[in-house]
Amino acid sequence: MCDQTFLAITFGPCDNCSQNKPLMNIYLKNEPINYCSLCVELMACQGLAKGETIHTLKAESETLKTKLEEERAKLHDVELHQVAEKIEALGQFVMKTRRTLKGHGNKVLCVDWCRDKRRIVSSSQDGKVIVWDAYTTNKEHAVTMPCTWVMACAYAPSGCAVACGGLDNKCSVYPLSLDKNENLAAKKKSVAMHTNYLSSCSFTNSDMQILTSSGDGTCALWDVESGQLLQSFHGHSADVLSLNLAPSETGNTFVSGGCDKKANVWDMRSGQNVQSFETHESDINSVKYYPSGDAFATGSDDATCRLYDLRADREVAIYSKESIIFGASSVDFSLSGRLLFAGYNDYTINVWDVLKGTRVAILFGHENRVSTVRVSPDGTAFCSGSWDNTFDLRNILYGFALYWHQGLYIGVLHHPVMSVP
Amino acid sequence: MTIRSDRDHGQRYRPRMSCLKKLEATVVQMQDPSTGVKGTDQKLNVTIIPHVITGQDIVAWITKNMNIDSDEAQAFGTMLVAFGYIYPLQDHKKLVLRPDGSLYRFQTPYFWPVQKWKAEDTDYAIYLAKRNIRKKGVLDAYEQEEYNKLHKWMNHKWDFIVMQAKEQYHAGKARQKADRVVFDCQERAYWIVHRPPPQTHSAMDYGLDRHIDPNAEEKKTYDYYRRIIIYTQQAVMRSRVKSSVSLGALAKYITTFKNHDPFLVPCLPSNPWQTDDDSYWELNTPDVEIPTKMRVERWSFSFYELLNDPRGRADFKIFLKKEFSGENLAFWEAAEELKWGTAASMSEKAEHIFKTFLAPGAPRWINIDGRTMGLTVKGLEHPHRYVLDAAQTHIFMLMKKDTFYRYLKSPVYKEMQKKAISPAPHNFSEAQLQQNMRNRRPSIDPIITWQKEQEEKAKAEAASGPKVRDRCMLKMLYLTSYVHMTAEQLVPIICIATSK
Repeated sequence: MCDQTFLAITFGPCDNCSQNKPLMNIYLKNEPINYCSLCVELMACQGLAKGETIHTLKAESETLKTKLEEERAKLHDVELHQVAEKIEALGQFVMKTRRTLKGHGNKVLCVDWCRDKRRIVSSSQDGKVIVWDAYTTNKEHAVTMPCTWVMACAYAPSGCAVACGGLDNKCSVYPLSLDKNENLAAKKKSVAMHTNYLSSCSFTNSDMQILTSSGDGTCALWDVESGQLLQSFHGHSADVLSLNLAPSETGNTFVSGGCDKKANVWDMRSGQNVQSFETHESDINSVKYYPSGDAFATGSDDATCRLYDLRADREVAIYSKESIIFGASSVDFSLSGRLLFAGYNDYTINVWDVLKGTRVAILFGHENRVSTVRVSPDGTAFCSGSWDNTFDLRNILYGFALYWHQGLYIGVLHHPVMSVP
Repeated sequence: MTIRSDRDHGQRYRPRMSCLKKLEATVVQMQDPSTGVKGTDQKLNVTIIPHVITGQDIVAWITKNMNIDSDEAQAFGTMLVAFGYIYPLQDHKKLVLRPDGSLYRFQTPYFWPVQKWKAEDTDYAIYLAKRNIRKKGVLDAYEQEEYNKLHKWMNHKWDFIVMQAKEQYHAGKARQKADRVVFDCQERAYWIVHRPPPQTHSAMDYGLDRHIDPNAEEKKTYDYYRRIIIYTQQAVMRSRVKSSVSLGALAKYITTFKNHDPFLVPCLPSNPWQTDDDSYWELNTPDVEIPTKMRVERWSFSFYELLNDPRGRADFKIFLKKEFSGENLAFWEAAEELKWGTAASMSEKAEHIFKTFLAPGAPRWINIDGRTMGLTVKGLEHPHRYVLDAAQTHIFMLMKKDTFYRYLKSPVYKEMQKKAISPAPHNFSEAQLQQNMRNRRPSIDPIITWQKEQEEKAKAEAASGPKVRDRCMLKMLYLTSYVHMTAEQLVPIICIATSK
């Protein structure tokens, strides 16, 4: 468990204003101090001191950045593929569509699994949010949002509610009910309020808190019951497109990826940005933690997926190929972390071997870009949502469980999937 | 004749569509007279269309030059067609690449999806009007609809549009027939890409525009640099680990969990999605009596796995009960509830936790060092959701480093390992699979499961209250009978004895 925030002091009296608040651990003249976020902000915005100019500050920031790179390079003694040499290669993969869920009339933008491993919630461009029992393909609940482009949806850990949001700049929580005829919109709770579109939302370890990311460049943590803002996270200089909570027993950190090409790791308690990685060449569309919580993967518009190691504090792998030139819109790991599923804008899904860096399979079948890829909580299947709404049902081969979910109709694997070098 | 060019046409670079630049580079290569795709002249009605290529030639060229196999080449080719770099001559509305003798042509660079050039409605109106002039009734139903719509919106400049359409029509007439036919095909292909017919989509559709322009220069004021300095200083001082260590740990995680990953090793008895038999889920419910061997093995991988699995946590609780140290886990759970609970319930929960676990003489007093205890108690005067962090961390590390390993060696765990079942893999025949497919069982609604869990929890809490007191009483009775003391003399001793 790499969660260093675990051992840091994050609540108590601020060293500057002495109020009891969540604390950020920063360094002043190489001495560690604990300031509350307000004091840090004031410190950043205070006027230029004697002898300081923008150029001196710029020079100082440049030297520090070089120093950071040096520190990172010092401990870089081995590459991932060297470590992977001892691991045996994967065999052939043949994946087969198992279910197709018809029901959305427009682009599917987001999908999330329930912890019971068989239900999913999906949202689309026309404002519809549908809860399905994917195993039986029955629709269980449907909600029509008052806005279009519902880009974010999440299932609550208890299975009793769903959260969604998009162009309405809000995140709303809909408690689900056993009565199928009940109008869910009546009990809707408006939780988050951003100043621009909501790109992603996620419940924390309970139904009571929601983490959201928005096009206005911030992430925020909200209390569901009261709609109160508990913590906000500033640091991205452009739209934040995706976030993911760390799967650790402490659950104190999360990672966010944005259009400023940065992937930032945040401490949820204090709002501090603890780590940042800027090696992508274009917008980061999706971030996902490795199952152990010690690394995370990103998918970006520069047509690569990258793996960042949090303990070594560096990028350790790039998953790319010359023939892949369209951006990756969504990534997810299999249960053991060996496979990385990535959906691309060229209508395909590539499956990467995380350790060796090679592609083990490419899946066709969608007829428009793949917007979301999610592995089920027990790792038995993964589902992909796409923007297509054309019909094409063809024959299928044996293989592992996988299923597709599309705009209007069903798209199915129409080519035998081969293992490619 | 197609021109080879990949200039930006002076448009602003739109990073999300940077793939277009790469596509353009490939298309230019494909049009190379010596190394590109070989074209022929094709007779279409009366005219001869030059530089026509077949689908299979395109796929073959891509396969060879990009070093990929034909399926991927076909998918790549479809993208070229979808973006309008290549257009089909037959069945022009379906923008896919067919790997057979279907005919295609390279689109002229004038009509390439240049990065910032949005296909304007005015141009579309002119195009439709022009076609209307040429021959009435030649527009498709959807085009007619669009035409009517545009006529309504752009009524104010309709004269301009009709004039432009007439000009273009006359200019077209002045061309040679072959050129005219080719140009018409190109223009038609362009509009299919940018104004897709119904039931199809346009590849140019990239979704919503980003709110903040990532190309815009960020204002570099002094606070911008200060923030970088603050962040980088803290990042430099952060402790790091050698790559070999952390990457080794990643590899180890994969090997440890390899047998538990349904994509790598089939799960037993069978994957419900493959065989339509949900025994796998039935055998692994959170409150199952006898767990499977795989599940029990997983508990030994890390403390996180044990706690995360409700069945594992329950087993751990049994072990703790035997050791009389259940208060550690109870405190940790209560602290979690505080951390993730609603803001309104915090002070009440904090008080309850203080009374139960931290106050001197509390019934389930936890053993933490004096400094942490002091910090926590002081913080509880103004409870905040992270006020128990230090204490929770301490207790968690204690459990993780000590109790967890003792649990793995304990008879409770060893017995569970023995009792755990190992289901035999299913072997369904085709007919059985068909039957399974027809009889897919629905599951209990998670809401009901949740309500049941809450009821169980409430019962457990109500039961544990008096139990703790009863234990106190029992010990007191034992001591009074064994040692001849009065009740008053015994109270302080009992308190110390019941706190662990």
